[in-house]
Amino acid sequence: MTTVTEKAKSFIQVDKRDGRLALAHIYVAFMALFIGGLCGLLQVLVRSGQFTLPWGITYYQILTVHGVLLGLILTTYFIFGFQIAAVSRTAGTLTDKQRLIGWIGFWTMTAGTVAASIMVLLNEASVLYTFYAPLQAHWIFYVGMALVVVGSWIGGIAQIMKYVEWRKANPGQPSPLITFMVVVNLAMWIICSLGVAVEVVFQLIPWSLGWVDKIDVLLSRTLFWYFGHPLVYFWLLPAYMVWYVVIPKIIGGKIFSDSLARLSFMLFLIFSIPVGFHHQLTEPGIDSFWKFLQVVLTMMVVIPSLLTAFSLFASFEIRGRELGAKGVFGWFKKLPWKDARFVVPFIGMAAFIPAGAGGIINASHQMNQIIHNTIWVTGHFHLTLATTVVLTFFGAAYWLIPHLTGRILTKQMNRLAIIQAIVWAIGMSIMSGAMHIVGLYGAPRRSDFSTYGGSEQATDWIPYQIAQAVGGTILFIGIILVLYIVAHLLWFAPKGETEFPIGEVSEHAEKTPMVLENWKIWLTICILLILFAYTIPVIDMIQNAPPGSKGYKLW
Amino acid sequence: MHIHKYEKWWLTLGVSSLVVFLIIVGISAFHYGSHPPSAKVYIDPERVDEIAPFNNPGVHKVEGKDWDYEVVFVASAFYYNPPEIEVPLGSTVKFIATTKDVVHGFQAAGTNINMMLEPGYVSEYVTTVDKAGEFLILCNEYCGVGHSTMTSMLKVVE
Repeated sequence: MTTVTEKAKSFIQVDKRDGRLALAHIYVAFMALFIGGLCGLLQVLVRSGQFTLPWGITYYQILTVHGVLLGLILTTYFIFGFQIAAVSRTAGTLTDKQRLIGWIGFWTMTAGTVAASIMVLLNEASVLYTFYAPLQAHWIFYVGMALVVVGSWIGGIAQIMKYVEWRKANPGQPSPLITFMVVVNLAMWIICSLGVAVEVVFQLIPWSLGWVDKIDVLLSRTLFWYFGHPLVYFWLLPAYMVWYVVIPKIIGGKIFSDSLARLSFMLFLIFSIPVGFHHQLTEPGIDSFWKFLQVVLTMMVVIPSLLTAFSLFASFEIRGRELGAKGVFGWFKKLPWKDARFVVPFIGMAAFIPAGAGGIINASHQMNQIIHNTIWVTGHFHLTLATTVVLTFFGAAYWLIPHLTGRILTKQMNRLAIIQAIVWAIGMSIMSGAMHIVGLYGAPRRSDFSTYGGSEQATDWIPYQIAQAVGGTILFIGIILVLYIVAHLLWFAPKGETEFPIGEVSEHAEKTPMVLENWKIWLTICILLILFAYTIPVIDMIQNAPPGSKGYKLW
Repeated sequence: MHIHKYEKWWLTLGVSSLVVFLIIVGISAFHYGSHPPSAKVYIDPERVDEIAPFNNPGVHKVEGKDWDYEVVFVASAFYYNPPEIEVPLGSTVKFIATTKDVVHGFQAAGTNINMMLEPGYVSEYVTTVDKAGEFLILCNEYCGVGHSTMTSMLKVVE
């Protein structure tokens, strides 16, 4: 009776009520993983040319499900589950009001997800997750999407309120590092998703309801990509939170530098948004000068990425040397290679090296023409999102879920988790590798199986499409494995206590300068850069707009 | 803020490579004119067939311009007009294309010809065709159920 209560815990436990809110998000995330992953499997099978979909389901319908559920739903829900737990763990238990706002956000997003999903299942919205006009989905699909975004703002505000409360209670103190990072990610998310909200609410909804006949296509695409690129950083930054704050604790080391971590997050905030044109490089109607300017701004994210790589490997090396490593690379062997919480995200980090290099190619102004809308791009973001980010999220789930459910990750599950990540790495190397190569030959993304009228070039692509099906099938096995582990951690694992690991800052690191937490400065720079990059080309777009487009339903 | 010596070296090396890279991309773009297709020509998407040059799709020999041929394409779900074209090897060709309905792609696989076609806008790209052979032109932006059957053929002949 006394043992549990009297023995002071060696770590802080997230409050049960906050845990339930976080877990609700995580449930939805993994349901989305299952359905979206199943659609991914069907896609690679169809594209191998060996399989056709039953019951009149179309390729583009399952492609829409795959993109929406994995790109938007899995990510946003997992990130919110993780962030809510992280804020509660480091800035303190949410107040009842904050938690209520969190739940309102959750149910708003979920209502939107259900509404949009129904329209996709009814084949009323096979417009893919980018929903480019003038393909016109049912208005309920757009309303669903708007609710997901608005719900994320509500849920985000709950997290920000906790941060504000902490800052007021601790004047002149730097906030807990991970809470600070959460708020940077939310600030970026809110600023960028205003773009897609404007597109959906002021363009797509009135047009799909028939209140207006025509839509300005280029403006809608520009608003989408103003949101679309920061979206990928919204996925990536929580992975960076795990790398910067959690991994050092797992390996038994310290955070290399609190200030550099904060600096790199602020650099991500300012350089993530004014960059959307690099998704529109081959489009008419945008002056190439403004495209080039946004290319330069895009490349600025190389700087915080270099900071991050240095900090991570510095933590690894310092820890390895503490454990007695010798030589230049001896520390590498000292890392905890049997701990899934480290190994799984580490494989994700390794994948980010080719992923980042591919990203530089994609955004390089004229070089983009070689790969634009080829399946190379699909190969690219299956390394960034579907390997780097997702494996980091899986690795985080292996301590986050048992922490919240009061269970433990058993030895067997730990081993299975490492096997899962290896299966993932093998499947992804085959699938993404084949996509990258055949993309360079010109094979398009987002396309049903086709022999292209017997074209010799297209015939040469088929072996790569079969390789994609092999890789994709292995990845689906990976999804089954991770769902098995997650189900175990949710409902069946032995009861016990699992730590939410939060690293401490190295004693050699210097005091964090408060300028890094001065939001007035950073938000001002952020907004000025956005205005600089977008004002003139958008005014040009509106002033020189051609006649708008009516809606088409061509599926 | 203190930055470790090795980190300074790392950042200096990284940032200098980045600067060199951007200068190369910039010189290629602004000095040699190698920009991605960025035409600013507008058209009423519902009257494409009536408006020159789209009232006469196909290959046209031109004189006194920086290019030898103008190739005019009209895209619509799920066709390109013309369904195939032939240009002589080594000629400089200006591709001029637009769409009558939704957004389409215009990509000749195995070449650098790759541009978006958006309703209301004319897309243009000038290139020298320096490889002989048949290059599949295909739609690489999802446009509906017939998307993957939307093709044309670029024949570069000696």
